[in-house]
Amino acid sequence: MINIPSTFRIAFRALKVNKMRSALTMLGIIIGVGAVIAMLAVGTGASKKIADQISSMGSNLIMILPGATTAGGVRMGAGTQPTLTMGDAEAIQKECLAVSDVAPVLSGVAQVVFGHQNWSTGVVGTTQSMLIVRNWQLAAGKSFTEQDVKSATKVCLLGQSVVDNLFGDMNPVGQFIRIKNVPFIVIGILTPKGQSAQGQDQDDTILIPVTTAQKKLFGTSFPGMVRTIMVKAKSTEDLAPAEKQITELLKQRHHIGPKQDNDFTVRNLTQIMQTAEQSTKVMTILLGAIASVSLLVGGIGIMNIMLVSVTERTREIGIRMAIGAKIWDIRLQFIIEALTLSLIGGVAGIIFGISGSELISTLAGWTTIISPLSILLAFGFSGMVGIFFGFYPAYKASLLDPIDALRYE
Amino acid sequence: MAIIEAQEITKVYRLGDIDLNALNGVSLRIEKGEFVAVMGPSGSGKSTFMNILGCLDKPTNGNYFLENIDIGDLNRDELAAIRNKKIGFIFQGFNLLPRTSAIENVELPMLYDGISLKERRQRAMASLKSVGLEGREDHHPNQLSDGQQQRVAIARALVNDAPIILADEPTGNLDSKTSADIMELFVKLNTKSKITIILVTHETDIAAYSKRIIKFLDGRIISDEQKKRL
Repeated sequence: MINIPSTFRIAFRALKVNKMRSALTMLGIIIGVGAVIAMLAVGTGASKKIADQISSMGSNLIMILPGATTAGGVRMGAGTQPTLTMGDAEAIQKECLAVSDVAPVLSGVAQVVFGHQNWSTGVVGTTQSMLIVRNWQLAAGKSFTEQDVKSATKVCLLGQSVVDNLFGDMNPVGQFIRIKNVPFIVIGILTPKGQSAQGQDQDDTILIPVTTAQKKLFGTSFPGMVRTIMVKAKSTEDLAPAEKQITELLKQRHHIGPKQDNDFTVRNLTQIMQTAEQSTKVMTILLGAIASVSLLVGGIGIMNIMLVSVTERTREIGIRMAIGAKIWDIRLQFIIEALTLSLIGGVAGIIFGISGSELISTLAGWTTIISPLSILLAFGFSGMVGIFFGFYPAYKASLLDPIDALRYE
Repeated sequence: MAIIEAQEITKVYRLGDIDLNALNGVSLRIEKGEFVAVMGPSGSGKSTFMNILGCLDKPTNGNYFLENIDIGDLNRDELAAIRNKKIGFIFQGFNLLPRTSAIENVELPMLYDGISLKERRQRAMASLKSVGLEGREDHHPNQLSDGQQQRVAIARALVNDAPIILADEPTGNLDSKTSADIMELFVKLNTKSKITIILVTHETDIAAYSKRIIKFLDGRIISDEQKKRL
């Protein structure tokens, strides 16, 4: 059997003879590999962005919104009627088995002042459970406690954007700020989360005990009223049971009969985001598949040029056969030549794909992520294309009759 | 033991509906160390016969033994191995690979014999030296004269120590001075290295270098004469 390094040398020389032709043939593979890598980078980037948003939102998250008010037959939409209470939140925590943590929310926008600086931000009254539900860590200081919630103390946790706007480089922990002119002591700082799926700055927020919000900041129409309730299910599998248990429980607590509309809405946020993640994954596969078509077309280009090459070099094949080349010697020679074309094209395509996706992320501002797997995949695929499309010309060459081939002019 | 033994060889080509008898029962023995010239007009069957002797083709009927191996039993790859080890081909048009240096052309038979690069280099160098082309190993065919190109081809034929050289009009493209040089080389290879040489030609003065002249006509041997060399 012929030795492979020598065959690669022969292939390399044969390709060098027709530089222009080899380069153009490679171009097909370069574009194919480049397109696969760039498209997968775009798709992976989009998936990653959504996955990040899911984890910043908190996992296994369910949101309960109050129901709609009906004014003169006109239904006003979800959240217009204040129906949820602290009691609901406590009952959910106690009775719904699929639920791990519950955080009631009473929020509003308020002007916040520290020294000469002031800033308008969302103030969220909640319990200490919020940090678990939203998967939020503290960058500094400590969280407020159950005791703080019970006694409605005036303590607060600041999001990073609020810190930046009010304090600059100063350490805010232990400082007093005024929210709607009520003095609060800063006891902790939240770790930054970045943008939400809707593009909101999740760090532009202040957390305070829900009771403080009810009593000191946002007057409520009845005692213990909350705006929304956020719930964390025990696991992803528990999301659907939790949703069902909450609905049943609230129906009972709000005395809603079988024919009546609910005065609340339960939203499974995690499921919504997971659906979005799923569809991005499908999009990634789709983009990759479309890009693979161009790789396939590149492969056909290789086959085309190899067929021409076999015809042109009939006499060479005859000489090689006369002096002892076996069937597979000839086949390997042409397969390796095709493989060389496609592998060099593959390497150039990787460079092209990486710079292409850099360009996309710069120009379009999309997140692109080039995974090593996609590079490996594209490179391996291009090698396979070379072998696959090189085989038929090689097969044809190996079956030439040596006498005819030697006589070929 | 004859190195070549052909028994009643026939070769029939089908051209559409017509059967063309290229060889009509050719029998021939050639002993080791002979220098044979094969002559005959074109269409006499000598080329067909040479193709069969060179294991490039198989007879339609009859048997051909090369060093007692029945060629009729061998498949394509086994024939290729026989050509590689037993036969050195020399052609009228040299048939060197273009854009490939002299030494790499000479290395080619060893490449298909699975010999290492180092040994290939060594043996190709020695072979080129033996045909008087020392210092030309890196020249490409288009940088060499016709005579030098044919010497490269001879070096290639010799490099695997084949016992038989088949030369198909080796001087057909050469001037008389170069032809004489090449023929002298053949005579040297035949007498010194005891290589069996079978040579196709239609020039009597070229045939005169051989020890035995076989003439073909209409697919048959019409004369076979041993002669004493002058």
